[in-house]
Amino acid sequence: MKSLLAPGHRGCAGCCDAMAAKFTLMAAGEDCIVVSPTGCLEVMTTPYPESSWEIPWIHSLFENNAAVASGIEAALKAKGEMGKTKIIAMGGDGATLDIGMRSVSGAFERGHDFTFVCIDNEAYMNTGVQRSGATPFAASTTTSPAGTVSFGNIRPKKNMPAIIAAHGSPYVATTSIGYPKDMIRKVKAAVDVEGPTYVHAHAPCTTGWGFDTSKTVEVAKMAVETCLWPLYEMEDGEITKVKKVKNPKPVEDYLKMQRRFKHLFTKEGGDEMIKKIQALADENIEKFGLQ
Amino acid sequence: MRRDYENEKKDMVVVEGSYAVASAVKACRPNVISAYPITPQTHIVEELSQFIADGEIPNCEYVMVESEFSALSALVGSSAAGARSYSATTSQGLELMHEVLFNVSGMRLPVVMTIANRAVSAPINIWNDQQDSISQRDTGWIQLYAEDTQEISDMTAQAFKIAEDPDILLPVMTCMDGFILSHVYEPVVLLDDDLVAEYLPPFEPELKLDPKNPKTFGAFADPNSYTEFRYLQQQAMDKALKKIEDAADEFYDLFGRYYGGLIDTYETDDADIILMAMGSIVGTIKDVIDKLRANGVKVGLLKVRSFRPFPVEAIHNVIKDAKVVVALDKNISIGLNEGALFTETKGSLYNTKIDVPVIGFMIGQGGRDIPVETIENIVDEAKKVMDSGITVESQFTDLKEELL
Ligand SMILES: Cc1ncc(C[n+]2csc(CCOP(=O)(O)OP(=O)(O)O)c2C)c(N)n1
Ligand code: SF4
Repeated sequence: MKSLLAPGHRGCAGCCDAMAAKFTLMAAGEDCIVVSPTGCLEVMTTPYPESSWEIPWIHSLFENNAAVASGIEAALKAKGEMGKTKIIAMGGDGATLDIGMRSVSGAFERGHDFTFVCIDNEAYMNTGVQRSGATPFAASTTTSPAGTVSFGNIRPKKNMPAIIAAHGSPYVATTSIGYPKDMIRKVKAAVDVEGPTYVHAHAPCTTGWGFDTSKTVEVAKMAVETCLWPLYEMEDGEITKVKKVKNPKPVEDYLKMQRRFKHLFTKEGGDEMIKKIQALADENIEKFGLQ
Repeated sequence: MRRDYENEKKDMVVVEGSYAVASAVKACRPNVISAYPITPQTHIVEELSQFIADGEIPNCEYVMVESEFSALSALVGSSAAGARSYSATTSQGLELMHEVLFNVSGMRLPVVMTIANRAVSAPINIWNDQQDSISQRDTGWIQLYAEDTQEISDMTAQAFKIAEDPDILLPVMTCMDGFILSHVYEPVVLLDDDLVAEYLPPFEPELKLDPKNPKTFGAFADPNSYTEFRYLQQQAMDKALKKIEDAADEFYDLFGRYYGGLIDTYETDDADIILMAMGSIVGTIKDVIDKLRANGVKVGLLKVRSFRPFPVEAIHNVIKDAKVVVALDKNISIGLNEGALFTETKGSLYNTKIDVPVIGFMIGQGGRDIPVETIENIVDEAKKVMDSGITVESQFTDLKEELL
């Protein structure tokens, strides 16, 4: 499969965003137009006069990529060019769940024929690891730091796939860059389904989460294997496929790999927090029938 | 003044200003329209929606967005994908678009947007002044202001022509005073589809989002190249000075109507006092001039049509021999106590040999009526300046002391 994201981008070694973009393009093929908002992906792939994108690409603001994608779709429709060209909006978790939320909601409600790929690295990485609506419970970020009285971020992750599904999207899937084939298959399914479709890709960030640059895929897989990040597909709001996890690993194995959870192992009361995180994984096993 | 309505009376219809604008947009054959309702712009988008519902605008998509932010954002996508793209808004809606306005101009997307000028909140106020668009003056959009319904209608076609010119590629705001023009019923000649087709060629940008010829739009520019992008935008604005004139001239040749290019003048040739203004207030001023001229007062009008680019040379040519220049502004820069037309005119004279006093009045804020007497009083102030020099450079008009 030809990579349509040229090598030589300026992301960190082991960058998750680059992998997510590469897999997305592999799934979409050459006949696509991509919109990306401000964030790591944009900054590292388009330093003028260079560009890593071998397909037409347009930058949107941090908060409007779904709306820009809507306009591209409207233009192709109006000019009778809507044939096979896939329109993909690709944004970080901040751009998707937080600041871009209204524009995402609007575009899904209107039913444009496009695919939204959320690259969820669980914080605002481009501005230096600040908490987002996708930051998991008990993670330390620069705006939700662990401290003498704090265990980091106290809120659970916003359930974006459910919110999108509630908009009546015909296809919603979660995936992970740790499973390239899964991601490529799901993005391909998403772009092939007519209407607004959504793929939420879990994307561990070596810099923001604090692990060795060679471990991106390993960490990603561990999130799935501990059942903290369930992989499933939804068609017309119903869960239709789930990736089973045979012998779920304890969440501790996942947490230990990352600097952002370090305080859970050094601070008094950390074990209680780990239990709570284990409970979240157990809940997923139950809710999504992971076993 | 080449205005020549007489022979057109038979073609005139009495319609609301908003309808005239919508009808003009229709004649321009847009491919994508996206807008969000806000008073007093609402009627424009309602009329356009109806045209689309009735199949009267072929090959056009209306994107019914959830906010103004997304309305203009959708046009970023559509214009970049090669579609002729249109929106309309005002006041809070325009302020909400602020960040996207820079994006559109920075990516050199020739979007056209009508602004039904309205005051900005707080306090909330739906009536007309021009604070909304003036507040966006540095966003890189061409800004044109219309005097009446006929002009805003015709200006719509001119705007697309200017914006889409390959030498320009800048977005254009066409500004009409909210309610005063948007809701008034006036006789107008609606744009003729065939003539507009002749005037305005199809939009075919050299570069667009096209999988057959992939390009990156809106790349990340570091200190090495950002300056040059800004320079090129400014250069396009400089070129627009001529294109705005050309668009008005060519429009006159085909349609027989002219309201000025960058500016227009009324009784300025021998004027001692020249009043400068933008928008519908120009009509009132003309009436006052007629009355005062009959009494021997040598007063004239300089109507500014293009506020961005600011037509320095054209303005200087008109005011250089006057004894006093008065700028009327429906906006204010709070903290400077000046309106934009005043500040910019005054500023443009520094470092020139033109030595004419300029004074300014902030007028008609939040829709306050501007009666003939107010303009007459302002002319009296100008006379005082001629007799004894400037006492106050810039001031509010008609303040109600009892409310302060
Ligand atoms: C309106 C606005 N507010 C803030 C910013 C600063 N900003 C740029 S990127 C970014 C975070 C991006 O986070 P995310 O979408 O999660 O993408 P990531 O960089 O993590 O891949 C922020 C806050 C901005 N560009 N625009
Ligand atoms: S901070 Fe994370 S997402 Fe950003 S470039 Fe580095 S690895 Fe990629």
